[in-house]
Amino acid sequence: MVRAVLEPGGDAATALYIVAFSLFIIGIKQGTHPTTAKRGNLIAAGGMAIAVVTTLLLDGMGNWGLIFLGLGIGTAVGVIASIRVQMTEMPQMVALYNGVGGGAVALIAWSEIRHGISLGEDFPLDELIPVIFAGVVGSVSFWGSNIAFAKLQDLIPTRPIAAPGQQVMNAVLLIAIVAICVILAVDHESPSQGLFILLLVLAAILGNLVVLPIGGADMPVVISLLNAFTGLSAAAAGFALDNVALIVAGTLVGSSGTILTLEMATAMNRSVSNILFSGFGGAPAGGGAGGGEERPHVSIGAQDAAIKLAYADSVVIVPGYGLAVAQAQHAIKEVADELQKRGVTVNYAIHPVAGRMPGHMNVLLAEADVPYEQLKEMEEINPELPRTDVAVVVGANDVTNPAAKNDPDSPIAGMPIIEVDEAQQVIVIKRSLSPGFAGIDNDLFYEPNTSMLFADAKQAAADIAAEIQNL
Amino acid sequence: MSLMTEITIFVLAVFVGFEVISKVPTTLHTPLMSQTNAIHGIVMLGGLIVLGYADDGLEYVIGTIAVAFGAINIVGGFMVTDRMLGMFAKKPKPKPSSDGKGGS
Repeated sequence: MVRAVLEPGGDAATALYIVAFSLFIIGIKQGTHPTTAKRGNLIAAGGMAIAVVTTLLLDGMGNWGLIFLGLGIGTAVGVIASIRVQMTEMPQMVALYNGVGGGAVALIAWSEIRHGISLGEDFPLDELIPVIFAGVVGSVSFWGSNIAFAKLQDLIPTRPIAAPGQQVMNAVLLIAIVAICVILAVDHESPSQGLFILLLVLAAILGNLVVLPIGGADMPVVISLLNAFTGLSAAAAGFALDNVALIVAGTLVGSSGTILTLEMATAMNRSVSNILFSGFGGAPAGGGAGGGEERPHVSIGAQDAAIKLAYADSVVIVPGYGLAVAQAQHAIKEVADELQKRGVTVNYAIHPVAGRMPGHMNVLLAEADVPYEQLKEMEEINPELPRTDVAVVVGANDVTNPAAKNDPDSPIAGMPIIEVDEAQQVIVIKRSLSPGFAGIDNDLFYEPNTSMLFADAKQAAADIAAEIQNL
Repeated sequence: MSLMTEITIFVLAVFVGFEVISKVPTTLHTPLMSQTNAIHGIVMLGGLIVLGYADDGLEYVIGTIAVAFGAINIVGGFMVTDRMLGMFAKKPKPKPSSDGKGGS
């Protein structure tokens, strides 16, 4: 077989890696503008192709059968999963892909430890420390992401799951992990493989325990944080393997993921440590004032809703996860079109964490060709709401809960909300009065100016559009 | 590469990461997170190197799984991002019978 061969760590290989990570930087840069984002993603993918081919051409590489087996399986799974996934399931998908990335890092770290030990020489600390870091963080990220995936996919309950004494247990685990890291580093002349495996297992348990108690609207922040972690662990693997592409690309993801995480946490008026270590305590979960009994609310049908909307001057639509689940974006767009034909001003109020990820609603509404100018962010729309005739809440819940600003004891107290309760009238399209992802009751439903339309969001929107046409 | 060279690269990359993405509209947060997620699939190179130079049974297994995981991360990550961003692409022309408005 004729094959160009690159010297590992040599000039040619390094030059190609530099081209690759430059393309990553350009790709991320272009990913920040709507017009260039798609091209940016392709450029980054091109950089990845260069990096992979370069590595395959390194001198002395073997085991081609296994390499192509791994590449083949991974590519097939990746292609099939991304073609099949629904738009509503994208957040889980990101969690899952993030998890396998972390898993790969942990496995590489394990392999490096084995390799280093088998050489029987002193393990240099500047390799051992990054390997230990990569193993711990990769393992936490793998298991944490899997739990996040399982929660979003409803494989396990989305409500906070907390065991008594969990904080103590986490602290003990963390101390044990740090202690083992120190022991391994001190004993760098012949680090114990058994201890390293124990380290991976403890990190796995920690990953599970940290993510399990987190419920509700906090999950996007957790996925973003784990994304940044995986990036950093990839960078650490780069230190261990002396691979400049891994160091730069992993670090880029680490720093960009950190920004994204902080932005999301800020949007929810919570600190990252608060999210990670308290969860939504679960205390007042079953409901605020009413306890188990049903509180009075007003229920209306599609026709009433159509009349309220058609004779309004201004309408604000507040989409949430329910819209995504019902795939109601096209039907909602139809309602908006009908209203605009009648001269009603229609805007959409997008809460930063509506849905399961920031931007989730924008993606769905863009799919339905909703004009970009009609999508208003929370800060922009809230001052408008007192002058709005009707606010229509479609499958959103926690992000409209007035308890966030009125009830200091509420688990979501202080979270910025879309202040629909300020609007003249509110129509909530929802299948039932059941609490949202955060597991708490929504006072909005029981306000005197709120009407509940109990139906599937898509069906309700289609009915309302038809009723408006008939008016 | 010396350790200090690597640390220099690391620190500069941290700042590049901050600078490059600090101004992102909310709209693009999900796709951008997905794209950066795909980029950390670069760990597959580590898997390739480990597997390419492996010489015992367990290393074969670990390396193959690491490569497969990395490939899922890369291929799935970029493809899902592309799908999300496809939603933002300007539709060429409004189709005569717009099948997008499936409200019936």
